[in-house]
Amino acid sequence: MPSQIPIQEGLFTWPSEEPRLLGSRCCGCGEVSFPVQKSCPACTGDETEAIPLAREGTLWTWTIQRFPPPAPPFIGDRESFEPFGVGYVELAEGVRVESRLTVNDPAQLEIGMKMELVVEPFDRDADGNERMLFAFRPAAAA
Amino acid sequence: MDVAIIGIGLHPFGRHEGVSAMEMGVVAANRALADAGIRWADVQHACAGSLEVLQPDTMNKFMGLTGIPFTNLFNGCATGGNLMLSAANAILAGAGDVAIAIGMDKHPRGAFSVGDDLAGLGLGQWYGEAGMAVNPQFFSMKTMRYMHDHGISEDCLHRVAMKAFENGARNPDAWRRKALSYEEIAESPLVCDPLRKYHFCSPSEGAAAMVLCRADQAARYTTNPIYIRADVFRTRLYGSFEVMHPSVPANARPSPSVQASQAAYEAAGIGPEDLDVAQVQDTEVGHEIMHMAECGFCKDGEQEAWVKAGETKIGGRLPINTDGGLLANGEPVGASGLRQIHEVCLQLRGEAGDRQVPGKPRVGFTHVYGFPGVSCATVLSR
Repeated sequence: MPSQIPIQEGLFTWPSEEPRLLGSRCCGCGEVSFPVQKSCPACTGDETEAIPLAREGTLWTWTIQRFPPPAPPFIGDRESFEPFGVGYVELAEGVRVESRLTVNDPAQLEIGMKMELVVEPFDRDADGNERMLFAFRPAAAA
Repeated sequence: MDVAIIGIGLHPFGRHEGVSAMEMGVVAANRALADAGIRWADVQHACAGSLEVLQPDTMNKFMGLTGIPFTNLFNGCATGGNLMLSAANAILAGAGDVAIAIGMDKHPRGAFSVGDDLAGLGLGQWYGEAGMAVNPQFFSMKTMRYMHDHGISEDCLHRVAMKAFENGARNPDAWRRKALSYEEIAESPLVCDPLRKYHFCSPSEGAAAMVLCRADQAARYTTNPIYIRADVFRTRLYGSFEVMHPSVPANARPSPSVQASQAAYEAAGIGPEDLDVAQVQDTEVGHEIMHMAECGFCKDGEQEAWVKAGETKIGGRLPINTDGGLLANGEPVGASGLRQIHEVCLQLRGEAGDRQVPGKPRVGFTHVYGFPGVSCATVLSR
């Protein structure tokens, strides 16, 4: 029976009410990177552990992708293409994660604003499963 | 021992229907050989690079099958700089007295594609599927943050583009030879905010080649050798903000362009204040602006005043991208770095025609930058 599956296993916790991105923390130097990798890009160490990353962060930079990216690898047809936001969101673990943004209106985006993680439907695979992708959206006002 | 450039050759960049990348490479190589006054049979070591040509060394059969070592290499947009470095290193290692570096490419129209399999770039397929493996996104996001941190205005972006197309209009070999008005640039459509259509270069076609020899033998071939005072290749340090990286640490480190240019000045025994002409990677105007600081020409934020005062124009304090740069020539990836070196050689020889930098320039600089965080910097002098 078709279900919701992550666009790639191991990118984020799923299924989950409050999904978290999964990064790796170096067991030697403590540096955190995303997505999970077995070795450490900072200290060359070969032992890391997977950790869930903060769900909220601040927008470090952003842009709007206004033209359809070359496909493949991009999934999406040129005719129905809608510009989308992309940014780097700085998390408490000391890492800036690149992500699609849920908004594509420059007026709603500002460096330094609070963002929060969401997981949304992206496309369907051949079996009819809904493939899920992470994104960041402007955090709800406190 | 030093190495000298004794011959330069260019197949003009642009669109050349019906001409293959390799055919352009052969044209550039033969022009460089003719400029040096030698034949292919005199070349003892060759290096060639290309994104689109599977094995550039197959051009050997069009040049002559002389049995010489012929190295293929590819390092993204930094390929050209690394080609000359490898050819020079072969001479320094004693592998021969005369070597040639040849770069060539021919790209389809539109934005560069990373292809259909991202594993070959060390990335997950999801990253491309989601539309994030796109170069202009990174260029725009780095520019967006830099403008925020260092007070660079949109006006500055437009002026850098105007200068590029002005220079292109003065260069008979340029692809884009029409100067654009401030309004045409400022009102061109946004591609990736804050950058617009005329802020970007486009993939193009072309080739360039350099013939090098031991500096102590240069006088045999030419009366106007250009000496390689430094040629440095660097890859990214952990912490540098780089193109197509799903994450970067918050503790920033200097870019490979900073590392390569500083090491080049040190090796040459000069500082950026000693330069008379410079070519830097201007994939788009944001990176020309940021590379001005990364290469040490000015401090972060000073670009605003430099550009407004015309200091980077021909006749200014430090003319930058005098042949129109990537904006006016496009980017055939394998050849682009050698085009920069070709232009600096013309300027130092005093052969740059309508775009000649006044005052008999003596010292020039070139800089390339590309995926996945690679840079080459050279210092050249008469």
